Amino acid sequence: MTKLTEWLFAAGILIALWFSLLTNKITNNLVTNHYNLLLYSPIIFLGLFGLFALILVLYRVYTFNDCDEAAEELQKEIIQARTDLNRLGFKFKM
Amino acid sequence: MALNDKYSILLPTYNEIENLPIIIWLLVKHMDASEYPYEIIIIDDGSPDGTLEAAEQLQQIYGKDKIVLRPREKKLGLGTAYIHGIKYATGNFIIIMDADLSHHPKFIKEFVQTQKSRNYDIVTGTRYIGSGGVHGWDFKRKLVSRSANLLTQILLRPGVSDLTGSFRLYKKDVLEKLIKSCISKGYVFQMEMIIRAREFGYTIGEVPISFVDRVYGQSKLTGSEIFQFAGGLLYLFATT
Ligand SMILES: Nc1nc2c(ncn2[C@@H]2O[C@H](COP(=O)(O)OP(=O)(O)OP(=O)(O)O)[C@@H](O)[C@H]2O)c(=O)[nH]1
Ligand SMILES: [Mg+2]
Repeated sequence: MTKLTEWLFAAGILIALWFSLLTNKITNNLVTNHYNLLLYSPIIFLGLFGLFALILVLYRVYTFNDCDEAAEELQKEIIQARTDLNRLGFKFKM
Repeated sequence: MALNDKYSILLPTYNEIENLPIIIWLLVKHMDASEYPYEIIIIDDGSPDGTLEAAEQLQQIYGKDKIVLRPREKKLGLGTAYIHGIKYATGNFIIIMDADLSHHPKFIKEFVQTQKSRNYDIVTGTRYIGSGGVHGWDFKRKLVSRSANLLTQILLRPGVSDLTGSFRLYKKDVLEKLIKSCISKGYVFQMEMIIRAREFGYTIGEVPISFVDRVYGQSKLTGSEIFQFAGGLLYLFATT
């Protein structure tokens, strides 16, 4: 099963469940009392999911390591490498 | 077996004349210190800036057993550069990395140790977990990168945190098999390799790496790369 079919499969089950609750194929007191909530639940769910994803991404952007030390270390190593390579007879182009 | 382990480092280059001597110097330094047998295979695609001449000088300095030159006539792309390089690799492990100093050779030791710890088929560097990170990226680039990564995690559930990185260690036969079964080009190629590896049931270890954006030379992140990525993601979503 590809990831696409997995998603379609899961979405199909959820939609079927939602639809049968909505059309009273399955009767349930909770549903009849909160009909509007049920009706809009897919949109609410998607909205919450999007919000969660947005917060997660922003959190990860702000906590992304900047690796300033690694960059400084590299600058020093570049100088070392150039000196050592010159000593070994390497001709730099510039 | 373990006693005869050898590491072939594939270094594809295109216009890396400033970076190549430095990366080779760093590689030799760290690999000599690690005492693992190794060779560095430089695959230059006819760089107009004279990268190949620099490579020849380095071969003179460090010797033909350590520095192997396998140039090609013209720019034929990164994916085929790896295929070309593997053909000449004499090690049982292959390390692929960029020559632009974004991937620091100091991490290779950790790659090897991680590989040995669980006999992993693949070890991949990751910028996204633990002490991993990036240097020189602005807010926008971090945002794009993190969003793309989250979307990939949700859609593909790969079990690996960094799919687009290209600092990796492979068992040679594993890499050969993967390359044959991957059809993507460019950016998406790295992603497909890991996803296919999961499909085949290969084990994958991760090592956090610091990625320092290239100091010398041109960076090529363009709008079209984002489209390439989206296309690749959908392709893998629908086929794996
Ligand atoms: N042999 C060969 N090497 C290439 C080719 N294209 C890129 N490379 C090399 O592959 C490595 C990765 O390429 P980069 O240009 O750094 O790609 P990137 O890391 O995605 O992008 P930037 O670092 O932002 O430019 C570098 O060592 C390049 O020199 C190619 O067509 N042939
Ligand atoms: Mg690069």
